[in-house]
Amino acid sequence: MADVIYDNAAVNAALDRMAKAIRCHGDSLTLIGIERGGAQVADAIQRRLEEAGCEVERGNMDISFYRDDLDTIGANPEVRPSHMPFDVSGRTVWLVDDVLYTGRTIRAALGEVFDYGRPDCVRLAVLLDRGGRQLPIAPDVAGLMHAADPGCSVKLVTEGDWHIVQRRVRS
Amino acid sequence: MSTPHQQMFFQHLFGIGQLSKEQIEHLVSMGESFIELSRRPIKKAPTLRGKTVINLFFENSTRTRTSFEIAGKRLSADVINISASTSATSKGETLLDTAETLAAMQPHVLVIRHSIAGTCEFLADFLPHTSIVNAGDGAHEHPTQILTDLLTLKTQASGYEGITMTIVGDIAHSRVARSHLLAAQKLGYKVRVVAPKTLLPSQVEQYGCEVFHNFDEAIPGSDVLYMLRVQTERLTDNCSFPSIREYHEAYGLNRKRLALAGDNCVVMHPGPMNRGVEISSDVADSARSRILDQVEHGVAVRMAVLTALCGTAPEPEKRTPRREKAEAAMQAQGKLL
Repeated sequence: MADVIYDNAAVNAALDRMAKAIRCHGDSLTLIGIERGGAQVADAIQRRLEEAGCEVERGNMDISFYRDDLDTIGANPEVRPSHMPFDVSGRTVWLVDDVLYTGRTIRAALGEVFDYGRPDCVRLAVLLDRGGRQLPIAPDVAGLMHAADPGCSVKLVTEGDWHIVQRRVRS
Repeated sequence: MSTPHQQMFFQHLFGIGQLSKEQIEHLVSMGESFIELSRRPIKKAPTLRGKTVINLFFENSTRTRTSFEIAGKRLSADVINISASTSATSKGETLLDTAETLAAMQPHVLVIRHSIAGTCEFLADFLPHTSIVNAGDGAHEHPTQILTDLLTLKTQASGYEGITMTIVGDIAHSRVARSHLLAAQKLGYKVRVVAPKTLLPSQVEQYGCEVFHNFDEAIPGSDVLYMLRVQTERLTDNCSFPSIREYHEAYGLNRKRLALAGDNCVVMHPGPMNRGVEISSDVADSARSRILDQVEHGVAVRMAVLTALCGTAPEPEKRTPRREKAEAAMQAQGKLL
């Protein structure tokens, strides 16, 4: 059974807060969404930032080829091409993801960003921080916090009204 | 226990024949997402870090060997190239001993091209902990070329489903043609084959293709004109066609013939091409030509194949089938090992 831990109103309010927090860093921003959930969150934040008069440049990354678990889980056949229509060198880029857990995705994403160039600064914005980090990685902006049990999967659902669900996958 | 991703793929890639429609589509779309990597300023991803790929080529090749090498290197694998002339087989070592020797150095993938059909399947039986990729075996199969062509077609507006591909030339000796005939049945595109009777295998129509002996008749309605090189090195007699010039007249693609094709018809060639034989220079260099796209996509698709294979690490086994057999034979004679 999947429990709704944050409903649509809570998710929207969190996105508003995130956009506001990111805006404190300037009016000209670069967002990189991590496929797939992160790219959708980045879309939502971009919309809010542009409504507030910010200039936003957008990229998306699929970090499948940067993961460290090819041997254990195999190749992901549903990869999307990364799309980076600007030079990352010399700018501040915001990595955007939906759920932050072990930190391994972000580690892989950092690797990929640096293969595109040498950004001045990389920051991290996540919709939900569920704890359980296995690497020294912390978000600069987190919309929501929820200490989830390691046996649970926490997902952002984007079909229909966005909400976040938690489901027990093992005891 | 293997994960769903690992179950999707396979230890060896022998040919299109072994693949399901879904597996083909997954490899092609993985390849599509790798195209972008080769266009970056820094063309490197860590996907295959720590893996070793050995290219073992017993036949000449530029693009297939180079694209496997570049694919492996851009994904951070260590790639070693061995060609027949520099291998110990030229000192009298058997193919199997060469392959076992290389496998003992623990590579993850052996990419093999050989003039004899079935070489890869044969070797796979003896090398339980190495993945084998067929980079062309005789007139049998050339799976990565077909995956490459499908990726090139996927990047076209037409895609590959439902299109008509007209393959022209030396069908009898072409592993590319054969692999396309197998892929067409799985993926739902139509194949026309065009060749003089001397360059067609008997009963080729059993593959569900249309057979033409007159090139001009096959052109209208084609979405792709797929030209094949006349494989002079495999022609054992000299009577397949009267002369190169006559072949070009009847089966070469020139501007005049291209004018018979529809506006969206594209020209493909697996390379290497012989200008003035199966294709004229102005067609090869025209805007209709997708020949260099095929080369670019070849690298991307081979990245996908290496990634898929390296993601399904086989269980390491201590003993090779050959040793087991030898031990059994000695035990049967009551000798100590």
